Amino acid sequence: MYLGRVVGRVWSTVKHASLEGRRLLVVQPVTPELRPTGKAIVATDATGAGAGELIYWCRGKESSFAFLPEEITTDFCIVGIVDELRVRRTEPLEPGPAAPPATRGD
Amino acid sequence: MILARVVGTVVATRKDPRLEGKKLLILKPVSPQGKEEAGYVVAVDTVSAGSRELVIAVSGSSARMAEGCKDHPVDTAIIGIVDAVSLDEPRSGKQS
Repeated sequence: MYLGRVVGRVWSTVKHASLEGRRLLVVQPVTPELRPTGKAIVATDATGAGAGELIYWCRGKESSFAFLPEEITTDFCIVGIVDELRVRRTEPLEPGPAAPPATRGD
Repeated sequence: MILARVVGTVVATRKDPRLEGKKLLILKPVSPQGKEEAGYVVAVDTVSAGSRELVIAVSGSSARMAEGCKDHPVDTAIIGIVDAVSLDEPRSGKQS
């Protein structure tokens, strides 16, 4: 599953019958630091998430399992609304070019 | 699902028999802001989308759940024609 933020909505009249009455939301994936990352996607919503909310979503066929026993044609689905996020990072996983030089031991 | 614009068609004579009668369209993925993104995909059309129309396409095994695609060798299917996309105002005042 991935973190994302709801940034918009999509309206569609002509669509697969299984999507009738389903909300389609535009989700911008974000990093744990809440910075946007990657391309925005269109996701179905199993939680009632609203505009601007921090959510987590899953991808692939599994995302349609949120609606079982109905079979929904979807490959991205919002499956949870984030209440609280705690990130404690002791070591940078991949020091990027902007990372400060290591000064450990000073 | 991704947003994409229909930019062309594909005609194939020799193909898997289960693809016969399926309309194949070339899609250019676009961002919610309407900007074209890299790459193209060929998708099976299940909603009679037309040229230059903005559509939503589903990929992976979910595509086989689209109309008439059950157990077909399909990994991208057009499942909706977009009427409108609305984007919320970014709260920080900075466009993401």
